[in-house]
Amino acid sequence: MPRRGAPPEVNAGSMADIAFLLLIFFLVTTTIETDAGLDRMLPPIEPPDTDVVIKQKNIFTVNINKNGQLLVEEELIDLKNLRQAAIDFLDNGGDGTCNYCKGRKDASSSDNPTKAIISLKNDRETKYATYITVQNELVGAYNDLRNRECQRLFGRDFTEMEAEYLNPETPSEVREELKDKVKRIQDLFPQKLSEAETSTN
Amino acid sequence: MAKFNKKKDGDLPAVSTASLPDIVFMLLFFFMTVTTMKDSTLMVDNTLPNATEVKKLEKKDRVIYIYVGTPTSQYQKTFGTQPKIQLNDKFADVGDVGDFILQERAKKSQELQNVLTIALKVDKEANMGLISDIKQELRKVNALKVNYTTYEGDAFRNLQ
Repeated sequence: MPRRGAPPEVNAGSMADIAFLLLIFFLVTTTIETDAGLDRMLPPIEPPDTDVVIKQKNIFTVNINKNGQLLVEEELIDLKNLRQAAIDFLDNGGDGTCNYCKGRKDASSSDNPTKAIISLKNDRETKYATYITVQNELVGAYNDLRNRECQRLFGRDFTEMEAEYLNPETPSEVREELKDKVKRIQDLFPQKLSEAETSTN
Repeated sequence: MAKFNKKKDGDLPAVSTASLPDIVFMLLFFFMTVTTMKDSTLMVDNTLPNATEVKKLEKKDRVIYIYVGTPTSQYQKTFGTQPKIQLNDKFADVGDVGDFILQERAKKSQELQNVLTIALKVDKEANMGLISDIKQELRKVNALKVNYTTYEGDAFRNLQ
């Protein structure tokens, strides 16, 4: 058998391509974990100059006691029913000026979603987890109603539309267009969630 | 047949190492992208509650974190088992929150100072009394935009 030099080397030129392919694959599939949570605005510390008179029927009071029990409009209710109770209150449209409301038009409940206020009060010994669950349900009630109106007007969910609007990767011309839509839905059901100072007893 | 029998059956050829840099760079890039810088070590237990109606907290440079929870076992001897506030790497009292926010705010650039969010990372076992005190402090320094950081999940699981 004749020996004629070393065997040819394996061509490594395409190795870089494979490496880049893998690199791009991982780049696309890995997401850097971002935190998520419930966004809330605290009320400013200085009280407003003018006293605003709010009718009692436009206020939806939610009280959480230290055992995590809920008192809604002077009635003890289960946390699972809170969302529906809040939706019923917001969507009531008592004075007939709200043409998109689908509620019962009960005269003893809220006049208009733009006037309806949810007041949340908690005890100092309330567990944080309970508080978050209640917050979640109340925000969920607003989101459900906003989704409903957004589906009717624009054929898509509000939460998804808002997420696209807030996403910094959305191109600015799309965002400009979404801005008005988001504003319009927010004005239909403005989030008026007041958090009173906690009670000590 | 002699044409096909030119293989040398002696020493093995060296494995080409030309692609080694590529592999190394690939790994480097991979870890560069998935690593997030953690700027403070947690000294409190921090099991966040679950919520469904969450919003993502974009832009890390606009966020100030406040941690609340019971101190972890190694700190329990010195700091007790009651929920405490952790600001950066130190335990703090409610009264320190305002100063901390002002300090952190001063570190940010001018245009970001008005759009800061305070992320409250609170253990689900904490009491609302402490949270209310923190909220009151935040209102005093006019830091009104807060985010109750949660995990995404069924909110009713919190109650178990």
